[in-house]
Amino acid sequence: MSMDVASGSAPAPVAFYNDPKIRSIAYQATLCAIVLFLVYGATTNAIEHLARAHIASGFGFWNNTAGFDISQTLIEYSSQGSTYGRAFWVGLLNTLLVAGLGIVLATILGFIVGISRLSKNWLLAKTAAGYVETIRNIPLLLQLLFWYNAVLKALPELRDSIVLGGAYLNNRGLFLPKPQFMRGSDEALVAAVVGIICAVVFYLWESRRQERTGKRGPVFTVAAILILGLPLAALAIEGFPIKFDFPQAGRFNIGGGIEVLPEFAALLFGLTIYTAAFIAEVVRAGILAVSRGQIEAAYSLGLRPRPTLRLIVVPQAMRVIIPPLTSQYLNLTKNSSLAVAIGYPDLVQVFTGTVLNQTGQAVEVVAITMLVYLSISLVTSLAMNIYNRRVALVER
Amino acid sequence: MRAPGDANGDIMTMSEGELAVAELHFVRDRAIEAQPPPAAMTGAMGWIRANLLSTPFNIALTLIIVGLLLWVVPELVKFLFLDAAWSGVDRDACREAMQHRPIGACWPFVWERLPYFIYGSYPIPDRWRVDVFFAMLAFGVVWLLWLEAPRRDIGSLYFFVVLPVCSFILLHGWALIGLEVVDTVLWGGVLVTIVVSSVGIVVSLPLGILLALGRRSHMPTVRLLSTIYIEFVRGVPLITVLFMASVMLPLFVPERFEPDKLLRALVGIALFASAYMAEVVRAGLQAIPKGQFEGAMAVGLGYWQAMRLIILPQALRITIPNIVNTYIGLFKDTTLVFIVGIFDFLHTIEVSRIDPKWATPVTSATGYAVAAIFYWIFCYAMSRYARAIEARLAAGDKR
Repeated sequence: MSMDVASGSAPAPVAFYNDPKIRSIAYQATLCAIVLFLVYGATTNAIEHLARAHIASGFGFWNNTAGFDISQTLIEYSSQGSTYGRAFWVGLLNTLLVAGLGIVLATILGFIVGISRLSKNWLLAKTAAGYVETIRNIPLLLQLLFWYNAVLKALPELRDSIVLGGAYLNNRGLFLPKPQFMRGSDEALVAAVVGIICAVVFYLWESRRQERTGKRGPVFTVAAILILGLPLAALAIEGFPIKFDFPQAGRFNIGGGIEVLPEFAALLFGLTIYTAAFIAEVVRAGILAVSRGQIEAAYSLGLRPRPTLRLIVVPQAMRVIIPPLTSQYLNLTKNSSLAVAIGYPDLVQVFTGTVLNQTGQAVEVVAITMLVYLSISLVTSLAMNIYNRRVALVER
Repeated sequence: MRAPGDANGDIMTMSEGELAVAELHFVRDRAIEAQPPPAAMTGAMGWIRANLLSTPFNIALTLIIVGLLLWVVPELVKFLFLDAAWSGVDRDACREAMQHRPIGACWPFVWERLPYFIYGSYPIPDRWRVDVFFAMLAFGVVWLLWLEAPRRDIGSLYFFVVLPVCSFILLHGWALIGLEVVDTVLWGGVLVTIVVSSVGIVVSLPLGILLALGRRSHMPTVRLLSTIYIEFVRGVPLITVLFMASVMLPLFVPERFEPDKLLRALVGIALFASAYMAEVVRAGLQAIPKGQFEGAMAVGLGYWQAMRLIILPQALRITIPNIVNTYIGLFKDTTLVFIVGIFDFLHTIEVSRIDPKWATPVTSATGYAVAAIFYWIFCYAMSRYARAIEARLAAGDKR
């Protein structure tokens, strides 16, 4: 005689308020209600406040005349003829300029310092460690103020400018000769493009050959000759059609040339030096994550130290380095908003600062600024994720 | 050709053949003293060779760095100590033209402004309240961070509940118990830096835990809202969050609740920090095996009981180093409240350095040096602590 398990009494009915599914729905409904209530309350309050202060809402201000000057403009801009929308683009381009240059410089410096920390040279390793520990533990804002107020603003006045081969350095900035391309320099541009294409083709061809035969030609040297040599040769044939517009020092002003604002220089210095310290730590951790056995195996196969680093250590370390490196790039981009403290006309200073003050439309302006940074973050992490996937695939 | 050390007496009794064999030792019968290693390979010289001068490239590097250090370090020592002005009442003490010598740091400026750097414009007769606050905070921090301290559960209750309430009453004042109300406009200096960063940590840790749990929740709405919040805040710069808090927050709340300037900045910092804290806590939660939660469920614990008694104690313990590192970031980020007009430590320095009474070419550099030393000491001490905890936790795992 077998026991019929199912014939036992049915499980006691659970009260509906103890049913996990119903509970979960109730919790979520409550949460949604709270969030909606907060959003509703905030919106009605904001509308009421804005109406009382007679502040327009909406994005109509975008096409109004800006009426203020910006000290560094990469695109055409004038205080009387340009709109707030134009000012926004000027600010955004300035942000992208300083962030892009900062990322390149910080990567170079960070890799140098990170590798130096692992050097066998005791003095070098300790100096690199000292750099990282000092810079990482001092706020970026303080460093920016230091570079701007204590270093660049302490440079000599216009009259006593430091003159270096046509370039002027004083407390109003760095004035460099501006190259002007005359007729015939288009050929050089074409030659440069051709050189780059040839270099890429040569690289691919050599890679294929290496896979087939194990031999590899001098890719770096040939690529360097192609990319640098061809345009130079084209220029030489045309008789160097480049003139330099040298800055002219007047009594009160300097005209001509390229002007590098002290605000820009301070921001670039500060961001580069600060972020490089963090990148150095990322690089060090990445290289240490490659197990010693890999290096020993490479040595036992007869690879010399340099190829070992290039072919064995770096590709594996990159896989560990890329994700935190990405977040450092994003940090640098976000930190460039500290420009507002030293008056570099970046997005925050121009748009969230001046435009917000002039229009009073806080909600729209702050929302646009945040959306811009969010998009930059999302695009960067997307690009880096794609690259990361390619690097990660190297693993079996 | 005689074997070294053979006793002469034996030779006399040997036959000629034996004697010939005995004298022909081809192999040494005892080891001779090992030669000392070359002097250049041991001791200080050897160390220098191996670590500084191993290859021509290394020699060049060493020379460059020695040159660099010889240039920077003496300049720094000269600025901070040898050439520094140590006493005086106004800018004349720090001006080269008045003193007829090169002047380094202007220390009398710092001495005079030190109370301002610490308390801001807090009324002088009430400054003991700030001191008591510092002492209470230090007590709480030690209780919480010293892992062998007794009753750390009471410690966290003290730190996260008692301390905030007491500090608010103490610093802001409460007329009922005879403490005069001090408007937050008067707060400043180190006081504000400490208040902003501690409010940041006290609010962001619980909020961050909630957000982290929300992001790992099974309820889609909760997960979605938490994820959106965290990713949104982490994607924008702190300065825009502070702008939002300082210009948009007053719009969002009814007029009678309009928050004062410091409170707005505190809200901004706390919201910002909690998103970062959430990610740190989430990493800790992910490191706890699922079996722990299932085990807790099996013995009949509910969700919150399991979290409170089983999961969070383990997750938070392994997260301490990262929490401290996040706090270091938060501590440095408090300087940004300067931009929305709060008088934190850096702002008091910035205001003092342009004071005409102390206007000299070296005042700015002196002020920045003081600020740098202050932030560096705090941040470095915290990072050493985080590293020590990490080493301790790693030692526990090694068994």
